[in-house]
Amino acid sequence: MIEAENLTKRYGDKTAVDDLSFTVAPGRVTGFLGPNGAGKSTTMRLLLGLDRPDRGDARIHGVHYRDLPAPLRSVGALLEAKAVHTGRSAHNHLLALAQTQGIGKKRVDEVVELVGLTGVARKRAGGFSLGMGQRLGIAAALLGDPSVLILDEPVNGLDPEGIVWIRTLMQRLASEGRTVFVSSHLMNEMAVTAEHLIVIGRGRLIADCSTEEFVERSTEKMVTVRSPDAGRLAGVLAAEGAKVRPDGDSLLTVTNMEAPRVGELAAAEGAVLHELTPIRGSLEAAFMELTRESVEYGAAGGAAPGAIPPGADLAAGPAEKGETR
Amino acid sequence: MTAAATEPAAQPAGGPAAHPRPGFGRLLLAEWTKIRTVRSTLWTLMLLVLVSLGFTTLLVGLTMAQWDNMTAADHASVAADPVSFILGSGFFLGQLTVCVLGVLVIASEYSTGMIRASLLAVPRRLPMLWAKALVFAAVVLVVGLAVSFTSFFIGAALIGDKMEVSLGGDGVLRAVVGGGLYLAMLGLFALAIGAIVRHTAGAITGVIGFVLVLAPLAMLLPGKIGDYVYSYLPSEAGYLITKAQQGEDDLLTPWQGYGVFALWTFALLALAAFLLKRRDA
Repeated sequence: MIEAENLTKRYGDKTAVDDLSFTVAPGRVTGFLGPNGAGKSTTMRLLLGLDRPDRGDARIHGVHYRDLPAPLRSVGALLEAKAVHTGRSAHNHLLALAQTQGIGKKRVDEVVELVGLTGVARKRAGGFSLGMGQRLGIAAALLGDPSVLILDEPVNGLDPEGIVWIRTLMQRLASEGRTVFVSSHLMNEMAVTAEHLIVIGRGRLIADCSTEEFVERSTEKMVTVRSPDAGRLAGVLAAEGAKVRPDGDSLLTVTNMEAPRVGELAAAEGAVLHELTPIRGSLEAAFMELTRESVEYGAAGGAAPGAIPPGADLAAGPAEKGETR
Repeated sequence: MTAAATEPAAQPAGGPAAHPRPGFGRLLLAEWTKIRTVRSTLWTLMLLVLVSLGFTTLLVGLTMAQWDNMTAADHASVAADPVSFILGSGFFLGQLTVCVLGVLVIASEYSTGMIRASLLAVPRRLPMLWAKALVFAAVVLVVGLAVSFTSFFIGAALIGDKMEVSLGGDGVLRAVVGGGLYLAMLGLFALAIGAIVRHTAGAITGVIGFVLVLAPLAMLLPGKIGDYVYSYLPSEAGYLITKAQQGEDDLLTPWQGYGVFALWTFALLALAAFLLKRRDA
C-alpha cells in the first residue's frame, strides 16, 4: 500500500508535483501515466525519500520510507536514471546492496538468474546496454523480495521479448498480492499491463480509475455506418442530435449517438444498412486528449488544470472541447 | 524466468516490522564490498605504494650519493630529523593518491548514480556515510602504515652508517606510525570534501590544490599571524605527526597538530553529514 497526500515539490520556481494525492492498492498493477515532465519520476523520488517534499506526505506500509527498518525487504525500486557504479560488476553491485539488509549471497544469484544476467554478472555494469541496465535495476528491486514495487519506466530500452517478460513479471508479482506501481509514458503498454491507472499532467492528478473506465470515459465513442442511403440517413441522425461526418458517398462517421439508436433510426427511416460498427478510441488517444487539455489550460495561465476526482465523468471535458474546436 | 522471486518469503502482507533493522556491521561489510570491487581503489593504492616508495628511494638515494659533496649545513638539516627527511621524500607526492581516492570513494557514487541505490538501502543516510568513512579510513591506515614502515626501512638502509637512524630513536616509532595516521586522516579529509562538493573533478582539484599548493604557500604569510595561520591549517598541522623531532619553528607538538587536523576533518564530515541529510539525492 502506497499513500501520497497533498505531495508538492518545487525546484526553484518550477512546480514539479502539485498537491498530488492518491493511494496505490496491493494485488494489482497500477500504471502511473503522464507525458514527459509531468512529474512521475519526481513523485517516485518523493515516495522513496530521495527528495524531500515541500508539502504533503508519502507513506509506504503506513510509514515514511526512511522509517522502514529494512527498506529493500519492503520496497523494491527501479529508478529512471541509472543507479549503478559503472566500474562494479552486476554481481558485486547486488552483493553490496544485499549486505546492507542482511540478505544472503544465494539470493543475489537468484535474482541475477531471474532477470537473465547470469552470463554477464561478473562483467562491469558500465559496459551494459540500456536493456541489460534495466534488467540489473529490476534485479536490485527484487533483491529483498519486497511486497511493494515502484518501477520508473521499466520497459525503457527493453526489446520486445524483454517487454513481454517484464509485463508478465509485474502481473505475476501483483497476483501474489504485492503492490506494483509502474510509471510509463507508453499508453498502449499500460493498457495491456495495468489494471488501474493514475494519470498526472503538470504535476497534478488528472485521473485515478480503472484502465477500462479510463478508456470508457475519456474517449469519444464513434459509430461508422455504411449505407446506400447515406445522404438521407445523415439528415435524420443529425436531426436527432448526432454529429455526422460524411466520408465518401456511402460512409458516415457518427459521434454523440450509440450504435443501437443509429440502427433504430435507420429502421424507422427505412434506410438500408450495410455496416454498423461501434468504434472505441484507444488509450493512446484518450491520454493525448487528457494531457493536451492539461497543457492547454496550463499555457493559458493561472487557470487550474482541474484535477478530476476519481469517478468523475471524464467524457464531458474532451467532448465539450470537441465542440468548441 | 523461475519461481525464485516468489518463494515462501512472498507473503506481501508482512508489514515493514517483519524484518529488523540490520546492524551497523552490515553496513561496514557492504561498504567494504563497495570499496574492494572497483578498480580505482586498487590502482590508486598501488600508485600510493609505488610513488611513496619510489620517491623515498630516489631522493634519499640521490642525497646519499651526493653526501660527500654536500655542505655541513645541508648535512645538519638532514641529520636534525632524518626520519622526517625519509618519510617526507615519498609522502609529498604519495599523499596525492589518498586525496584522489578519498574524493572518488564518495563522489563517484554521485557521478554514476550509485548514491541513489545506496540511499534507498540506507534511507537514514548518515549510517552509510559513517560506514563508508570508517571502512575507507581503515583501508588507508593499513596501507599507509605499511608504506610508512617500508619507506622508513628503505631510507634507513640507504642512509646506512652515515647517521644514527633506528625505530628505537626518540619519537621515531611515533613518527613512522604517524605516517599511516596522517594518510588515514587525509583520506577522511578528502572524503568529506568529496561528500560536500559531490563532483569528482571539482573536489579532487580542490583538495589537491589546498594540500599541495595553498597550504604550503601559507608559510610565506608574514608575521606572527602568518605563523599561526600556517600552523593551524589542516594538512600542515597534521603532517607534524610524521616528524620525530619537533622543529624550532613549530607552534604545535606533533599530537597537537594531529588534533588540529582531526578537528578540521571532523568539522568537514559534520558539514557533509548535515548536507547529506538535507539535500535531495
